[in-house]
Amino acid sequence: MSPQHGSQPIQHQFNPYSDNGGTLLGIAGEDFAILASDTRQSVDYSINTRLSHKIKVISPPVTKEMKLESTDIVGTKNSVLFGTNGFSADGDALTKAFEENWKWYVHDQNSNVETGFEFLNENNEEKESFMSMQSAARNVQHLLYGKRFFPYYVHTILAGLDEEGKGCVYSFDPVGSYEREQCRVGGAGASLIMPFLDNQVNFKNQYIPGTNSTERRKIEYLSLDECLKLVKDAFTSVTERHITVGDGLEIFIIDKNGVRSEYHALKKD
Amino acid sequence: MAGLSFDNHQRNQFLQSQHNVSVKTTSTGTTIVGIKFDNGVVIAADTRSTQGPIVADKNCEKLHRMSPKIWCAGAGTAADTEAVTQLIGSKLELQQLYSKREPRVVSSLQMLKQHLFKYQGHLGAYLIVAGVDPTGAHLFSCQAHGSTDVGYYQSLGSGSLAAMAVLESEFKMNMTKEEAIKLAADAIEAGIWNDLGSGSNVDICVMEIGKDAELLRNYRTPNVREIKEKSYKFARGTTGILRTEIISEVEIDTSV
Repeated sequence: MSPQHGSQPIQHQFNPYSDNGGTLLGIAGEDFAILASDTRQSVDYSINTRLSHKIKVISPPVTKEMKLESTDIVGTKNSVLFGTNGFSADGDALTKAFEENWKWYVHDQNSNVETGFEFLNENNEEKESFMSMQSAARNVQHLLYGKRFFPYYVHTILAGLDEEGKGCVYSFDPVGSYEREQCRVGGAGASLIMPFLDNQVNFKNQYIPGTNSTERRKIEYLSLDECLKLVKDAFTSVTERHITVGDGLEIFIIDKNGVRSEYHALKKD
Repeated sequence: MAGLSFDNHQRNQFLQSQHNVSVKTTSTGTTIVGIKFDNGVVIAADTRSTQGPIVADKNCEKLHRMSPKIWCAGAGTAADTEAVTQLIGSKLELQQLYSKREPRVVSSLQMLKQHLFKYQGHLGAYLIVAGVDPTGAHLFSCQAHGSTDVGYYQSLGSGSLAAMAVLESEFKMNMTKEEAIKLAADAIEAGIWNDLGSGSNVDICVMEIGKDAELLRNYRTPNVREIKEKSYKFARGTTGILRTEIISEVEIDTSV
């Protein structure tokens, strides 16, 4: 209970933030990466929408040839899967800011070299280049830290392929501290799912049977199929025990063929 | 000593002023409703119990029996609805034994509101009281501070607005038992889907004049969990054993 009523003046203040619930999850595989989130957006005990999108595929144009190979492609292998969770208005603003940076970066990089600076492009390459995950992550850090004293109230996760074509996941705190990781969960269900992933992806607390608990189980890359199973089980489980998680599950998968998306229904109670 | 003990009140106040700690209670986030029909009354509840944003129990019971034909649906602090309902239930039985008369819904309501008023709202019990007695079928609601309401349909809890929306559009006088049960279940479902504090299943209790009350536990189960993609059974020996100790059994002589 608060100190006695009337004993001191009460100061009222506008709170610019709200918590929109939900969970965001990223897993990196050997040659693919997954970014998944639930599609519920809520405030307090109310649901704003059962189909919100917390993940944006930031991609170069998808060509007709790519569509011919697979019809459900929503992005190229050079895409950045950009996910935010927390205060959704800030998440949308951050996504927009990054998308803008990404577009200008790609534009500038592919525009013709000014006369007199040809030595910068010695091989005279015509090949189009995009934004590496490393650069994307560093840019997001600057966007977040730029609002150090009025932060974007979000947990951000990026997923994509690195310059060697390996799957990668970058996760950020609200003010821009970031790290490249194998897997990460953000948002309301983080404390419920993260220990599960530590155990199932990085084999934490698992020993090799018969070694008398002296030899830890070696980490190995999981297959895409195995990862998708973990993601689905993680979300159906957290839906059972967290009230702000549910309604739908949106999964984005990036590999050498491009980006695919899947949708699965979650419980709506 | 009778009543509640306030021994720790001052200590807790002090702790709260020094550190940011407080006692967290399990809330029955809850949607509960009660509806009168031509020959009785029906009450219903969802089955989710929460501790903040975490679901504490997916299938808890919010329908309490105060006497064989007087039942209570409770919202608010789980411990309070349980305790207050048991206390009044026990008083009702003693009164029945003494007076050799069936307990009446109005007496239970009077006892509840006087008890709750005495505690000035500190007992977080929000109840829908219903039942049949020699004077007929009755339906009331009772707030934590002790105020009460009479009506043909009632709803309480965080999902009360969702439930009342259904009740206001579908209720009609002199419904049959079946119609009332369906309306009650539909109202609870509105809470289950649209209120994050409510969820899982629908429990119903029907009290009909001249018949035994019947509790329809899990009358509807629209939230059965789907089968998991994968088994998480570990190979034997996966968990590390740090230390082993064998304690021998000790015989205790119980003879004097």
